[in-house]
Amino acid sequence: MNAVTIAVDLAYLVAGVGFVVALHLMNSPATARKGSRLSWLGMIVAVVAALVSVIHDGTITTTGWVVLSVGAIGGAAVGLVMARKVKMTDVPQVVSIFNAVGGGAAALVAIGGFVRLDGGPGIGTRVMIATVLDIIVGPVTFSGSLIAAGKLQGWVPSRPVVFPGARFITVALTVVGVGAGCYLLAGHDSTWVLILAVCAALAFGVTMVLPIGGADMPVVIALLNSFTGIAVAIAGFVIDNGALIIGGALVGASGGILTLLMARAMNRSIISVMIGGFGTGDSGPATGPAAVGAGASIRRISAEDAAIQLAYASKVIIVPGYGLAAAQAQHEAAELAALLAEHATAFFAIHPVAGRMPGHMNVLLAEANVPYPDMKEMDAANLEFPTTDVVLVVGANDVTNPAARRPGNAVSGMPILNVDQAKSVIVIKRSMGHGYAGIDNELYIDPKTGMFFSDAKAGLAEITAAVKALVAA
Amino acid sequence: MTTALMSDIYMFVLAILVGYEVITKVPSTLHTPLMSASNAIHGIVIIGAVVIASQARTDAGYALAFVAAFFAGMNVVGGYSLTDRMLQMFRKRPEPPAHDGPKELS
Repeated sequence: MNAVTIAVDLAYLVAGVGFVVALHLMNSPATARKGSRLSWLGMIVAVVAALVSVIHDGTITTTGWVVLSVGAIGGAAVGLVMARKVKMTDVPQVVSIFNAVGGGAAALVAIGGFVRLDGGPGIGTRVMIATVLDIIVGPVTFSGSLIAAGKLQGWVPSRPVVFPGARFITVALTVVGVGAGCYLLAGHDSTWVLILAVCAALAFGVTMVLPIGGADMPVVIALLNSFTGIAVAIAGFVIDNGALIIGGALVGASGGILTLLMARAMNRSIISVMIGGFGTGDSGPATGPAAVGAGASIRRISAEDAAIQLAYASKVIIVPGYGLAAAQAQHEAAELAALLAEHATAFFAIHPVAGRMPGHMNVLLAEANVPYPDMKEMDAANLEFPTTDVVLVVGANDVTNPAARRPGNAVSGMPILNVDQAKSVIVIKRSMGHGYAGIDNELYIDPKTGMFFSDAKAGLAEITAAVKALVAA
Repeated sequence: MTTALMSDIYMFVLAILVGYEVITKVPSTLHTPLMSASNAIHGIVIIGAVVIASQARTDAGYALAFVAAFFAGMNVVGGYSLTDRMLQMFRKRPEPPAHDGPKELS
């Protein structure tokens, strides 16, 4: 070890520590931005160290420099434009694409090592296992994330895509991928087998995500995020680099935790999400209000009725759901909350799976200038409902169904917002259509619930206008 | 089993445990920025792109290095700028535009 190698290795350690501290600072919105900047600094330190190391070794050719700098700068420019231009409702797609390119880059690092040594003396087993693993995990992440992004964007149908023989194809791809991997591991350095393994892995990623429904996307994005982290960590094994291992492992852990949290909040096991087969598309069933089940009576109210209740309440909680995100009604909701807050206590209660990825609703509301202390998490909000005058539910269904507290139905055991404990409830909904779980919501037939059938955006605007008229009068 | 591999495995396992400890404390309010921030962190794979660019000698090697550098550059820069863009929207209660009535809610 000479001085430069030691300095470079220490710089990687500094970067790793920076990532950990950065993630620690994410535990509060007040310090999160500082954390993100610290992480960025760590990244710069690591990249500079890598460049110093390469210059010191003197192995890189001029073409190598050109390829590296043009590629990195071009990619950076594309990434920057995407990050700047994306609408907040479309963040899940972009996160998915960044997952894809991260996994793709990890796979290419592994393949790069392979191609370089192809025909030369065999790669050591140490590197070989990691290389073969990354040749499988990287492409699966790449194609899976692209399909997920396509589903979120609407380029690929967001409903579960199933076709005859799909299971068989998945099994066949697994056999081919694993077989090719084993062949390479056995020490046969064949480029064609390598290409076969990569293609099988790419196809596997596609068949893995295609059958998963749009509503399960929060789980899938988190899972693919975790995969990408693992792929990057494995690339770290391939090139024996601590910064990649630490960074990748942190992301793997983060994605893994979010996957479990999301699956639990949706009352689904990860296995059942992955097997897929059911789930809803982006647009709910467009059945009319008449489609109420079991002939139970509901109480319909108008925007004016809702406005009267809201204007005279001293404590209001707004429960936004998927429907609000789909209708892009976050600005209307924020405006109403701000209006009510002039005379009463008003805040948002946010279920973990509201939106299209974990925590997505909070970002949408933050964009609409809702201050973060007004976004209550489920547990905090559940303490508040019993003392609340009016709860306004906008585009949320299953997460408010009191049936979840009883055993024996599709939502049993699912953590919910205890909306029914409030003094009265107003639900804005397009129709009596079912939520994701496909069962009736008992909240709607509760006598203290008023149903206002409308699109989330238009409905909120009507109610806000009516409240304004009342307040001005 | 070499010592290098062994220390790599130690690092990997310990980093996962540290990640678990740190990330379970992140409130669900910040889960989207967290995912975006971790997205940016896996852009560290750009170091891998630097390494394969330094070892490339053939056309195939250069092509791989180019695509890897492009992907990783997009990952790093896009990830950090998106995270920062989201986080700067999270603010405390703004100084009110002259409303009266109760302001403190929590």
